[in-house]
Amino acid sequence: MKALTAGITIILNASLMAWTVAADEIEAVLHNSFVAKNQATMERLERDAVQTACSAPRGMPLDNDMLAALREERLNAVVLPADGQYLGDWQRGAEVATNGRGLQSSDDPTQPNGGNCYACHQLAPGEVAYGTLGPSLTGYGARGQSQAMLQYTWTKLWDTHAYNLCSHMPRFGAQGILTEQQLKDVMAYLLDPASPVNQAAE
Amino acid sequence: MKRHHLGLTLFAAWLCSVPLAADDGVFDQYRDLMGDDNPAVFVIDEGEELWFMPQGPESATLEACDLGLGPGVTAGAYVRFPRYFADADAVMDLESRLVHCMTTIQGRDLEAVTAKPYSLRGDFGTEMEALVTWLAAESEGATIAPEQTHAAERAMYSLGEEIFYYRAGPHDFSCATCHEQSGMRIRLQALPDLTSHTGAAEAWGSWPAYRISQGLVRTMGWRLRDCFRQQRWPELQMGSEASIALQTYMAVNAAGGTMTAPGLKR
Ligand code: HEC
Ligand code: HEC
Repeated sequence: MKALTAGITIILNASLMAWTVAADEIEAVLHNSFVAKNQATMERLERDAVQTACSAPRGMPLDNDMLAALREERLNAVVLPADGQYLGDWQRGAEVATNGRGLQSSDDPTQPNGGNCYACHQLAPGEVAYGTLGPSLTGYGARGQSQAMLQYTWTKLWDTHAYNLCSHMPRFGAQGILTEQQLKDVMAYLLDPASPVNQAAE
Repeated sequence: MKRHHLGLTLFAAWLCSVPLAADDGVFDQYRDLMGDDNPAVFVIDEGEELWFMPQGPESATLEACDLGLGPGVTAGAYVRFPRYFADADAVMDLESRLVHCMTTIQGRDLEAVTAKPYSLRGDFGTEMEALVTWLAAESEGATIAPEQTHAAERAMYSLGEEIFYYRAGPHDFSCATCHEQSGMRIRLQALPDLTSHTGAAEAWGSWPAYRISQGLVRTMGWRLRDCFRQQRWPELQMGSEASIALQTYMAVNAAGGTMTAPGLKR
């Protein structure tokens, strides 16, 4: 076992008055601490601009102009459905919302990814095994299907940071987790009046 | 100790057949019902035997191993981890310290002792799992008090905090995504707030733990590896700097709490 602490340099940033570890040192530590496994490759440890900006420990001062510019950039990069159709099949959407598999080293990469919405959201009132990291989406369809509502919801699913930089929700479209068709299906699951999400609990 | 064993097996089978929350009180009832009957007791015995078993080219036991309180002192050693060891010039968690002792005292091959630290489903437990379980039990009831005197120990805490918040991978997850708020859950699984003293103390103090659904004792190193799998990251290596840093972050946040391991988990 090598000298484990050798790689860490500590810098005292006078303006922050806090001990922080330089970003390239953390990256070096991570590269020595993980090994690629199946589809979970080492490239996944590299961060893009959003990930870097959103990795600040709590209480760290942030550069608000930079964050506003980044949010704007994400909003401009959202890809709306080419055919203008936002709503697919809510029944297939239910499967996307329930399925928690996809992109883990233990998952079969030939199978479609899930959206795992139930990990964080309450949706159909009949499903009791829902998480609470995100707000309840039960009855979401009551907000209607106006163009603004369709675009808002699509954007939220495509890249949550376009509205709320550093949101905890994954970027299902921008990161290629879900396909355009899967996004349409899950949109229908949220918005179709016939979807269980929009039925009263029995 | 074996009194309730059948009851325990049946209860475990029932637990695994329904999706249950860790926070709905059923587990507390289960713990009360079972008393001392955590199946980890068998693993504790096995770990103790392994400590006193001559192994490796040196045919040595681990009695000369210094876990920080002097060679062979096991009682109360685990709650001081992770800590700096001058002989290795490194901050170590219990797992990497054991590896150090196996290679330096028993003369065993590094590759061999690190090849498979954690058992797979359906396996018997590993030597590492058994030793860690026994050594944690040797600290049961003691106050969690990781060392933070050496500069390298404090640096490890800062590094751990940075890694805790490091967002990466296709889902943009960091530990903080799931573990920086209290009272949250994923599906039905309760998520401890590891940035708070209470959450960290409960979590850090209850590992290693017997996992009912897997029929195995799991170490904190395994717990971190499995959370990183859910994070869609590559595989965390036992004894790696990232693993030790995160454990330091949690242990220091937990300081003052009580070691209750080996715990009992879903
Ligand atoms: C890891 C957690 C997580 C997952 C998984 C997740 N979300 Fe979210 N979601 C959140 C959080 C947190 C918020 C609130 C903060 C925000 O708006 O950014 C949110 C907000 C939303 C909103 C906006 C709510 C509103 O009132 O306007 C919608 C719509 C939504 N999520 C849909 C989904 C769908 C559909 C999926 C699955 C395809 C999903 N989410 C998966 C965490 C998650
Ligand atoms: C995508 C969600 C997610 C992420 C990201 C995540 N965890 Fe977890 N973690 C969980 C879940 C779910 C559990 C509970 C598992 C169970 O009950 O079987 C858990 C359990 C734990 C526990 C055990 C708690 C206890 O009291 O038994 C610890 C410690 C822990 N996680 C640490 C971490 C650390 C450190 C990281 C970052 C490396 C991390 N987790 C990242 C979801 C996550």
